[in-house]
Amino acid sequence: MQRKVNQKAWFLVLPVFLLVAFSAVIPLMTVVNYSVQDSFGNNEFFWVGSEWFVEILNSDRFHDALGRQLLFSGIILAIEIPLGIWVALSMPRRGWGASVCLVLMALPLLIPWNVVGTIWQIFARADIGLLGHTLAAMGIDYNYTQSSLSAWITVIVMDVWHWTSLVVLLCYAGLCSIPDAYYQAAKIDGASRWAVFRYIQLPKMQRVLLIAVLLRFMDSFMIYTEPFVVTGGGPGNATTFLSIDLVKMAIGQFDLGPAAAFSLVYFLIVLLLSWVFYTVMTARDGAEA
Amino acid sequence: MIKSIRITPMLYIIFLMLPLYWLLTMALKTNTEILSGFSLWPKEPTLANFKTILTDASWYSGYINSTIYVVLNTIISISVALPAAYAFSRYRFMGDKHLFFWLLSNRMAPPAVFVLPFFQLYSSIGLFDTHIAVALAHCLFNVPLAVWILEGFMSGVPKEIDETAQIDGYSFGSFFVRIFMPLIGSGIGVAAFFCFMFSWVELLIARTLTSVDAKPIAAVMTRTVSASGLDWGVLAAAGVLTIVPGAIVIWFVRNHIAKGFALGRV
Repeated sequence: MQRKVNQKAWFLVLPVFLLVAFSAVIPLMTVVNYSVQDSFGNNEFFWVGSEWFVEILNSDRFHDALGRQLLFSGIILAIEIPLGIWVALSMPRRGWGASVCLVLMALPLLIPWNVVGTIWQIFARADIGLLGHTLAAMGIDYNYTQSSLSAWITVIVMDVWHWTSLVVLLCYAGLCSIPDAYYQAAKIDGASRWAVFRYIQLPKMQRVLLIAVLLRFMDSFMIYTEPFVVTGGGPGNATTFLSIDLVKMAIGQFDLGPAAAFSLVYFLIVLLLSWVFYTVMTARDGAEA
Repeated sequence: MIKSIRITPMLYIIFLMLPLYWLLTMALKTNTEILSGFSLWPKEPTLANFKTILTDASWYSGYINSTIYVVLNTIISISVALPAAYAFSRYRFMGDKHLFFWLLSNRMAPPAVFVLPFFQLYSSIGLFDTHIAVALAHCLFNVPLAVWILEGFMSGVPKEIDETAQIDGYSFGSFFVRIFMPLIGSGIGVAAFFCFMFSWVELLIARTLTSVDAKPIAAVMTRTVSASGLDWGVLAAAGVLTIVPGAIVIWFVRNHIAKGFALGRV
């Protein structure tokens, strides 16, 4: 759609601009302020320049949290994307079956995040949980409060449970936009199931898949509540991801300077990713217009 | 062939439902039954846990507080997002692309980054522990979300409608309210649903900005875990009750849910 140039449109955007500026820019300026100062209490601050940034970027603690975060995001993408595609491909396309599938699958997406944590806590505990109890009965040594491996598996399965449906829903929306004629043509040509997937379904899903990958990556990159409720970042620091570490530093230890520098580095990483996301989204809009 | 294909979604749904089933059985058991032995279903189903929540003010006030700030947030978000989304979908203006991107970057911003500054900001202006503070703080990610979703729906409405209305002598205000808004009614519904939902599921910011008077249900639940650590039945019942609002509305948005999660871009 061709859009007219009209500077008065700024008046329509102004309320959003002011509101988001209030809730984003002012807090962010506070963070910037802290990140370049040090304090010994009494509200006396003095300039330290880039000291905190150097400290954070060179600290093992930040590297470890970032490493765990990337590993976590990588693993869940590797599981959720193929699983989501596979489920979406085999879902019924129309009728009541499709509606029921959609509703049941979307249910985990609407559960408050701390309740997701609670659900998995109850489900995975060895004494009272269905999963924990079954595994224990099978003789498998599983205890997410003691062993880091169990904790990792719990957190990953929980995230797969929570968010794979998002990938399913997006892929399903992409698949539904393929006209029947494509399939009929493929049938006439005698195309195999694989060929249909590779040359019809996958190209049509390309953009939704890209959106799904980016959304899942970014949301998993800032995951906080679910692992916090289930493992509290433990055992030890095994499941301490970036957000959990940051909140520990800022609220728990009240290390304002390092926490602020940490926030800004974290925010810049996210900003870079957002830019990739934005480019993908708007490139699609342009292609369709 | 058909049958073998349908097995995958079935298995997937069973995988999704098992933890939920377990939550529900826990909510229907007494604490002694939970801790005394393992059983697949409640032997003596009881509603006592739900009764505890619905009669104890420290529990049900959590639901009321959550509902108040979520509704406030939804109203604020939608009412400021509507004109802005219209501007983005119809006009080009100075800095529009940068502004659109800036909004998105707030949707993607980790709440953990904003926890401390929010706490200080709202404390310093005397709004700490009020519903409006949480509602405003949640605008950080809900306003961008609403703008993006509404823009997606509005771009689907042909521009000729605007022009025809103008020729027919409608002022911009009456055109927007009486003609345009009904046209994107489903879009407004979907945007409102997603604002409601994302504000409802968020814990970190809501917990940081409240202590007593506006404490959300999510924070009440975490407190109970750490304090007694054993009251699993009540905790499960509280969990079940937080799922109910989403579960009720989900049927109405099922066809738009992918669009909502993808920021109006599917």
